[in-house]
Amino acid sequence: MATAAVPPPSDMGDVGGGRGRTRLRRFLSGIARPYRNSHGVGRFMLISGTVLVCLMLVMAVFSPLIAPYGFSQVADATGERFGNHLEPGGDHWFGTSTQGFDVFSRVVWGARTAVTVVLLALAFSLFIGVLLGLLAGFIGRWVDRVLVMIMDSLYALPALLLAIVVAFLLAEHVGGGTATAALAITAVYIPQYFRVVRAATISAKEQTYVEAARAMGARPITIMLRYLLSNVVQSVPVIATLNAADAILTLAGLGFLGYGIQPTEASEWGYDLQRAVADAGTGIWWTGLFPGLAIVLLVMGLTLMGEGLNETMNPAIRVRRLVSITMPSIDRATARRDDAAGGTAGTTGSVDDLRKGDVR
Amino acid sequence: MEMRDLEVHFDLRSSALARLLGSAGETVKAVDGVNVLLRRGEVLGLVGESGSGKTTLGRALLGLVRPTSGQIRYGADDLASLPQRRLRVLRRRLQMVFQDPHAALNPTMDLRTAIGHPLRIHGLVSSRAEARDRVIDALERVGLTPAHQFLDKLPAELSGGQKQRAVIARAIICGPELLVADEPISMLDMSVRAKILELMLDLKRELDLTYVYITHDLATAKFFCDRVAIMYLGRVVELGPTEEIFADPKHPYTRALLGAVPDPDPERRVPRDLPRGEIPDAAAPPHGCSFHPRCPLAFEPCGWEARDLRAMFERRWTRLGEDVFANEQPLVAALDDVKVGDGTARIRVPSNRQVSELAGLMEEAQAETPDDPLWRGVVGVETDDDTVVVRFHEGSDPGLLRSGGVDVACHLHDPRLRPEGAERRG
Repeated sequence: MATAAVPPPSDMGDVGGGRGRTRLRRFLSGIARPYRNSHGVGRFMLISGTVLVCLMLVMAVFSPLIAPYGFSQVADATGERFGNHLEPGGDHWFGTSTQGFDVFSRVVWGARTAVTVVLLALAFSLFIGVLLGLLAGFIGRWVDRVLVMIMDSLYALPALLLAIVVAFLLAEHVGGGTATAALAITAVYIPQYFRVVRAATISAKEQTYVEAARAMGARPITIMLRYLLSNVVQSVPVIATLNAADAILTLAGLGFLGYGIQPTEASEWGYDLQRAVADAGTGIWWTGLFPGLAIVLLVMGLTLMGEGLNETMNPAIRVRRLVSITMPSIDRATARRDDAAGGTAGTTGSVDDLRKGDVR
Repeated sequence: MEMRDLEVHFDLRSSALARLLGSAGETVKAVDGVNVLLRRGEVLGLVGESGSGKTTLGRALLGLVRPTSGQIRYGADDLASLPQRRLRVLRRRLQMVFQDPHAALNPTMDLRTAIGHPLRIHGLVSSRAEARDRVIDALERVGLTPAHQFLDKLPAELSGGQKQRAVIARAIICGPELLVADEPISMLDMSVRAKILELMLDLKRELDLTYVYITHDLATAKFFCDRVAIMYLGRVVELGPTEEIFADPKHPYTRALLGAVPDPDPERRVPRDLPRGEIPDAAAPPHGCSFHPRCPLAFEPCGWEARDLRAMFERRWTRLGEDVFANEQPLVAALDDVKVGDGTARIRVPSNRQVSELAGLMEEAQAETPDDPLWRGVVGVETDDDTVVVRFHEGSDPGLLRSGGVDVACHLHDPRLRPEGAERRG
């Protein structure tokens, strides 16, 4: 903003822009790095996982366009009811369910629910978990002890049970919607981020650069946000991706048990599965298969992505790509001629060959 | 700036039960009663072995560790008792350069942000462009040119010497008065060291800085410092102008340190009387002068105690081997639980051994190593019923005393205690 006031050297004009570009480039290359560095099985997992997840994301974002009907629609535009247990085909690609919902629409809308809930839950638990972990690790003393005790007691409960309890408690106040499900799942995952971030903070706060920040007069809050945060969140993306997969299952589990999102609020795969349990015995396979398949695909996609990320980013198990170097075969006749000439003109081609063997 | 009776003690972690019962755990006296006056514009070297408390003293100077007691006068303020809030404001005048440049920069912060951060913290700039100009100025001062190429670099993209320059740039950007440099070159390549030191001298001239230079490297201390304080186990044992200390070291410890400097000339063989033994446990420092157990010149008032007797036996056993150890160790087993500062050692002989055996052993040990300074500290050996009592000369703590151009903490240079002929011996 003040660049105008300064008599500018020639490069002064795009200071802000240049800086923004550097940041953006750094950010983008940070995202692209795992894809570039991965190889073999890790690369396969990462890419196939990303493709699956992107498909589901597209489905979630554009569900109003993709789904032919609403998630709680039981009659078409003319007011004619769909009829129950219609076989797949015709107007209803995946058939209709016991209550007369269009299964395909339910599956598509379900993607939106799942993605919304998981994103919300991740955002909440990331925010709370990282913040508390940072505080506990940085402040230490009794804050640390109390927080660790609370988190450990949360850990002691089975994830689904904890989610049910939270969902149950919140249902009265918040209602049976997306927010309740997201908060219930949040409670399950906070301890994981807390632990990882706390451990990283404890080791990072002994670093010299933290003391340097103190020596330059930074306030504790500045130290935490500007010096520690960026250094302790490195391993969080991997956990977040793996947790997202787990969160889908927890959400479905909640819905299956009837503590999740109410069927009138949104379409939810777990709930659909539960309604389809009775159908399976009578040969109606489509009501259960498609929501189940959707769960499997999304969970698989996220898991593959998480494991792939882990494989490329976790220094403990990472195997860097090895590229074999093929040394250029020296043409004896050429070599002799070069020797005789006292020059090395004939070897320029080999430089390119060497460059192909890009070893990192 | 003046330090008075500065002490920094660290409590060793004691067991939960001991804490419940309210008993104090052991204390490490990292800095134990230091009095140093720091003059504006000078370079003061803090020299000592690792564990001598030099880094802790440097950090205490900046208020990074809280002194247990004592004062640090800086202008009208006492840094030792100033609350954090007021201390933070002063930090722009007191800066630090760290030993490890690879760790002293936040790995996720580019240089523009990292070096300009002190300015933002203290609210010294009003706009980004101004901060950028100041950062460029600082980068140019420390020789990172062309500066604009370094602005967006991350620390990982720099070499060790460049990182240390960046650290120095960050330290000088607020216009400090005092710079504490904690072994600023020990982690750098040989080829870069001299350049960094020269840079620091240039900066001192240009910016009118005062340095506290912490090092274990006597060669650079000699080159760099106006005055040197030699530290041993948390105390300053000798303090004076660099030339005088290097030309005529007074304290036996300084002498030993200087004797340990390797000489590149293979023809010249200097007699090296390196101090024997290791630097003692700082949690239980020796009685009296901390250096006396290792000092070749120690004499009566240096603070002899029962632990020194045990150390003497241990040296004897190392020399004479396992058989002697097996034979003699049970005799003096009572020495295993002597306390710090015991002026008399009562050695109860076990019932199956004769007390005369022990008395004989004592005489034998003395006859074998009559030059061991320990015997100068022994006042008398008496034999009781089943106990041998060894009395030691009463010891006292040497304080810093003026001797010639330097201050030295050694009884050898105390005219009231100096024995006849000490000058010759010393």
